[in-house]
Amino acid sequence: MSTLTANKTADFEHNGIFPSNEVMLDLKNLKKVYPTPKGDYVVLEDLNLQIRKEEFVTIIGHSGCGKTTMLSMIAGLNEISGGNISVLGKHIKGPGPDRGVIFQAPSLMPWMTSLQNVLLGVNQVFPHATKAQRNDIAKYYLQKVGLEDAFHKKAADLSQGMQQRVGIARAFAIKPKVLLLDEPFGMLDSLTRGELQDILIEIWNKEKITAVMITHDVDEAIFLADRVVMMTSGPRAKIGDVLSIDFERPRTRKSVLEHDDYYKYRKHLIDFLEH
Amino acid sequence: MKQSVSLNTAGKIARFNFFRFLFQGSVSKLKQMDPKVALKKVAISITSILLFLGLWYMGAKALYNKEADFKINKALEERGQAAADAEAACIASGNPDCQPNTLPSPAQVWTSFNSLLKDHGIISADKAAFKVKTAALNAKREADGLDPIVYTGRPSFVDQIFRSLTTVFAGFLLALFIAVPLGIFIGLSPNLKSAFNWFIQVFKPVSPVVWYLLVFMIVKTVLIGSNDDSSFTISFISVGLCSMWATLVNTAMGVSSVDKDYINVAKVLKLGTVQKIFKVILPSSLPLIFTGLKITLSVGWMVLIAIELLAQSPGLGTFVWEEFQNGANDSNAKIIVAMFVIGIIGFLLDRIMLAIQNSVSFVKTDAI
Repeated sequence: MSTLTANKTADFEHNGIFPSNEVMLDLKNLKKVYPTPKGDYVVLEDLNLQIRKEEFVTIIGHSGCGKTTMLSMIAGLNEISGGNISVLGKHIKGPGPDRGVIFQAPSLMPWMTSLQNVLLGVNQVFPHATKAQRNDIAKYYLQKVGLEDAFHKKAADLSQGMQQRVGIARAFAIKPKVLLLDEPFGMLDSLTRGELQDILIEIWNKEKITAVMITHDVDEAIFLADRVVMMTSGPRAKIGDVLSIDFERPRTRKSVLEHDDYYKYRKHLIDFLEH
Repeated sequence: MKQSVSLNTAGKIARFNFFRFLFQGSVSKLKQMDPKVALKKVAISITSILLFLGLWYMGAKALYNKEADFKINKALEERGQAAADAEAACIASGNPDCQPNTLPSPAQVWTSFNSLLKDHGIISADKAAFKVKTAALNAKREADGLDPIVYTGRPSFVDQIFRSLTTVFAGFLLALFIAVPLGIFIGLSPNLKSAFNWFIQVFKPVSPVVWYLLVFMIVKTVLIGSNDDSSFTISFISVGLCSMWATLVNTAMGVSSVDKDYINVAKVLKLGTVQKIFKVILPSSLPLIFTGLKITLSVGWMVLIAIELLAQSPGLGTFVWEEFQNGANDSNAKIIVAMFVIGIIGFLLDRIMLAIQNSVSFVKTDAI
């Protein structure tokens, strides 16, 4: 029964009933069209989603439904065909460091050290800080992701998991308003993935940066999120359902797995995906 | 005295390190290998060299015999048996006047190589003596505001090598300074790419000889009234123009095909144009730029010989052509010496580029 009530409140929520001073990210009637020789291909249509400040939202949906398109539109890397996206009430125009992105591939510059990679963003966002201060910021976040011994290692010499840690440090170090994560752990083995989830949630608990994360992993979606947003299959994908995850924070993997509601949430998500 | 000794040792160490730097890759690879496999590799290389020399020797001998038979038969037909016997005896005695003129054997080439080195020693000594002799006079001339007297004797083989290297290096720098910036602009802008595409496609396949003629037409007019020797200018510009295309195309391709993820990172961080070019685009396209530069250098070295020959600019090309025209009994051997020197220098140039590439680029490339 509890899933049913969650479902109902969710219906209200994604229609945009949050007080405007609580909303960080607002997607209104978002539309994405790719012109093809056979006519327009509508990827997203009438997509409405509000995300509150300090909220962690995960997005699941079938492959190719338009999750990544939506995320890259929020990042400003993809043109908006209709509707609008606003951050703190202001419409976005193109990409910017107020929306940090952690890409699926770590996307580090392989010719730079991990410290230089993080500094690339830090220098850009804090141009008035001294060199020592910027170094401190970069080093602080690299320590947070457990790379205190690899400041001066070339990114190309790091393992995939280590590279993604640098990616996390780079994204947090620029202190974005919104953090966008596009399946950041999709290319990692399950052991490394668990480690990185723990690191991510630990930093996030401290920084409380509004986060939107795409994932294919139902357990990951539940463990990390305040709300799980389910997208319908494309074309013309939109928000199908929203599930609030009411576990207390900070969470541990063990406490989440042992919680009575865990399997209800899990079943809800899997039922949605199987339809 | 002590200082000069230590300087000399320092020079030796530097030279040693230079070669280690060049062959680092291959040597460390051999060291990593199982000694048996490494030994086998070395043995195969040595065997193939010996086999090559053997084939060369036999081929040269066959050609020599054919040429000798022809000479003897000709003497027999034209001047009778006595002349033929005399010819055969002359050939057998090794008299340089009647040696068959054909592909020289490895031993002859080695002898010529040594004689060229000896010749270089003689000319160098001559030059040094000339310098000492004219030192006082030149100092006086300089004080009077006159040009000093310079050595105008024949250049030695080694001098020609260095002249060629200077020409190819000047041409290479010219290609570098034209092709890399132009390639970056073309790679960055699709409009420039369309604007330059026809230009590149049409001029890339043009033969070095035609480039030389074009440069000759222009430089001759530009330098009208100047007393300077224009042959060096013409040859290095021609070499640069012939060889720059590989760098131009590779740079443009490298710049326009930077990993989209890196570009996205630059966009999200809102890097400025200059920062984007120097921190993201250039480092990421370095491997391709270097591939282009490597091709440019080897093409430059290859066309240099033909261009020097046409331009009459001193260097290996002129050396080869003069030896061919000269037709002395060891000319053919000298040409083969030049051929090996050209090949080995080309190989070394390629290795130097590879070593530079590996020291600046994030992708380590192996030698082929």
